[in-house]
Amino acid sequence: MREVAVVGVGMNKWGELWEKSLRQIFTEAALLALDDAGVDKIDSLYVGCMSSGLFVGQEHISSLLADYLGQAHVPAARVESACASGGLALRLGWIEVASGLSDIVLVGGVEKMTDVNGNEATYALGTAADQEYECFHGITFPGLYALIARAHMEKYGTTREQLAMVAVKNHANGSLNPLAQYPFKVSVEAVLGSVMVADPLRILDCSPITDGAAALVLCPVELAKKRKKPIVKIIGSGTATDTIALGSRREITWIESTYQAAKRAYAMAGKKPEDIDVVEVHDCFTIAEICVMEALGLVEKGKGGRAVEDGLTSLQGKIPINTSGGLKAKGHPVGATGVAQAIEIVKQLRDDAGPRQVKGARVGLTQNMGGSGGSSVVHIFERG
Amino acid sequence: MEGIIGYGACIPRNRIKVEEIAKVWGADAPSYRKGLLVEEKSVPSPDQDTITMSVEATKNALKRAGINPKDIGAVYIGSESHPYAVKPSGTVLAEAIGATPEVHTSDFEFACKAGTEGMFVALGLVKAGLIKYGLAVGADTSQGAPGDALEYTAAAGAAAYIFGREKIVAEVLETYSYTTDTPDFWRREYQYYPQHGGRFTGDPAYFRHITGAAKGIMEKAGLKPSDLQYVIFHQPNGKFPFRVGEMLGFAKEQIEPGWLVNKLGNTYSGSSPLGLTATLDISKPGDLVLIVSYGSGAGSDAFILKVTERINEVRDLAPKTRELLGKKVKYLEYGTYAKFRHKIRKAE
Amino acid sequence: MPTPSRYWREIPQRYRLEAGRCKNCGFIAFPPRLVCPRCQSRAFETVILADAGKIITYTIVRVPPQPFSDQAPYAVGIVELDDGVRLTGQIVDCEFDELRIGQRVKIEFRKLYQEGEAGVIYYGYKFVPG
Repeated sequence: MREVAVVGVGMNKWGELWEKSLRQIFTEAALLALDDAGVDKIDSLYVGCMSSGLFVGQEHISSLLADYLGQAHVPAARVESACASGGLALRLGWIEVASGLSDIVLVGGVEKMTDVNGNEATYALGTAADQEYECFHGITFPGLYALIARAHMEKYGTTREQLAMVAVKNHANGSLNPLAQYPFKVSVEAVLGSVMVADPLRILDCSPITDGAAALVLCPVELAKKRKKPIVKIIGSGTATDTIALGSRREITWIESTYQAAKRAYAMAGKKPEDIDVVEVHDCFTIAEICVMEALGLVEKGKGGRAVEDGLTSLQGKIPINTSGGLKAKGHPVGATGVAQAIEIVKQLRDDAGPRQVKGARVGLTQNMGGSGGSSVVHIFERG
Repeated sequence: MEGIIGYGACIPRNRIKVEEIAKVWGADAPSYRKGLLVEEKSVPSPDQDTITMSVEATKNALKRAGINPKDIGAVYIGSESHPYAVKPSGTVLAEAIGATPEVHTSDFEFACKAGTEGMFVALGLVKAGLIKYGLAVGADTSQGAPGDALEYTAAAGAAAYIFGREKIVAEVLETYSYTTDTPDFWRREYQYYPQHGGRFTGDPAYFRHITGAAKGIMEKAGLKPSDLQYVIFHQPNGKFPFRVGEMLGFAKEQIEPGWLVNKLGNTYSGSSPLGLTATLDISKPGDLVLIVSYGSGAGSDAFILKVTERINEVRDLAPKTRELLGKKVKYLEYGTYAKFRHKIRKAE
Repeated sequence: MPTPSRYWREIPQRYRLEAGRCKNCGFIAFPPRLVCPRCQSRAFETVILADAGKIITYTIVRVPPQPFSDQAPYAVGIVELDDGVRLTGQIVDCEFDELRIGQRVKIEFRKLYQEGEAGVIYYGYKFVPG
């Protein structure tokens, strides 16, 4: 297996992009990545997208987007693993380059979510859960994470304020990100006073509905060395699945798929949690960030809430998490999220994150998750 | 010998008081209370209907009968509020209890006597030896038009009976049915609420048919009112059962155990069947019980039952009816009641 | 709007709580499946789940998905039945502030939702405290 580098990144501003279609959003981000990489022809395309069929009635987007990108007849595949689609697309792209099959692979993610109304969006997102034994009973995604939150609060004493602090931190970071959907700060009071969605989670505990895309270009490290930019290598990749239904997990408060995916990635990279300088995690809901921190081994099990309260994961803290603003402030166009997480880490390791820069960041980690933890993808990057 | 081998009830936990309804329509609550002898009625939750209540009542009946549901040869639900206009309710019940596929199912309707109709037929099939066990349920989530007199009493509940020839709890000694074409209360297709003939629903309808059936069955059985321990009449309001009882020569004490309407309302097809479950709950071996239902249109079914020793073994195997009547009751105000009963709906 | 087949296929589970118990290791799969996730055995026997259990966790859904739009707010929980199987379902006939983790509940047959005024009515299990 060859060593693989990320040689170009591209992302547009995320939000409710009324004037732009799915094809346009993706193509813009992809062109930014190609330009950043200094390439105009790719060997292969992977695009992560959860549900273009339900959101805009369009499947077969592998071919559609390859064509719109001007890459005639290029091999292309659309990858789906609910909200982990982007991360999984990255892994498959990485495998194709690492195996020697291709040299230049574009990995992108896109989701166009605002062409349907709120109810239909909720329905589409609900397809990540167990349709017959969870959704049939009226559960929603905020509801599933609320079930986790209440159990975590009961078992470990995690507080409502600690959950709110996750949102506050991510918004503080997001206010420094010009591409974020909500680049403004929020206070703990604002979070605690926002409308209840599923007890105990409120609207400001939840990531938003967003249109957006993100793309990056992979190539073997040898080729990357020919360019003048700092090299960022992928040194670890791990993925794991778990039961799709939350009720079927042995421990509701523990995300086993993230733990397993991370274990595999750490082993491949030869790294331990203490070695990681900066992290992007899947904060679809505030409680998710707390559980993921624990599953990644960044803090002791059950101590996630306390760690956030102590500032361990703030921009100035020991392990900055979600310097991009996370899903909460940056936005969550589902299929694009996993790729955007990787882009933030690449920028950090290139010393290119501007006011969000974590000084001396050399090793970064991304964690992308599907549904209520049914799938997880973890990548570890190192400045080479 | 054949008879009831298991019985069970289901009563929703929501209630609304007569005062609450009267307040909205500017009616005089005390006179409604006094005139109807009803204090409050049950209200089904939006997730309860004739089918769901039938399933829960049947589960209680099965606990008392102690039989394998696969041996049930007939499943009947009698109601005037079947959830579908076309698609049987009984098939859902039969699937839910595991009686399918070898089972006869039919939905019965005859205003408030649809429950006893099913009982009549289930008993008949058992008696004829065509089936081993027959299940009949009387259940309704009846509606009264807003502001109409019926709104004070139209309630929800279900009672289930399993008939068989062994392990009998109450033997059926005699049956009788009295029917005429009397349009006292009706609902045309596509109409949401029923209409009725006002005072015409009294003497020519309720009283005529109940007395006709009661006298007919007692003559057939060679019994007098004083030979019987208990009697249950259909309960459209609190007063009619006592008045018809008096007309026939029954004492108040014989009627009281099965008289639920003051706290329950009129559960239509569930009315006399639920009264019978409450009566069985307190009966002793050897007791003779008469039940006379009434359905508008019009007709009455009557059964004379003799309680056996087995009542002492099965009575406590499932919740008693008066327990259900008093259990964790929640009082609604009119707005919530109207929403639950679909009298007001959210805009699409 | 889905055809009735998807709902009808799950009736043995929705109405009667039919599950599959692995003949080899005793794992109970609900809904039933072809391969045991614990021991990979493919031999199962039909069992009926227990009809009571305790609340493991719960929430109150206030922003419902479309088919439940007129029902909110409602409580949903994960309940561990007395045979160890965990189910997700609505908790009804209760005041929200009475709900507790560890509370005993029983299964009742209720209506889940319906496809508008003209569509199929969907029935299944819910939990009632007691």
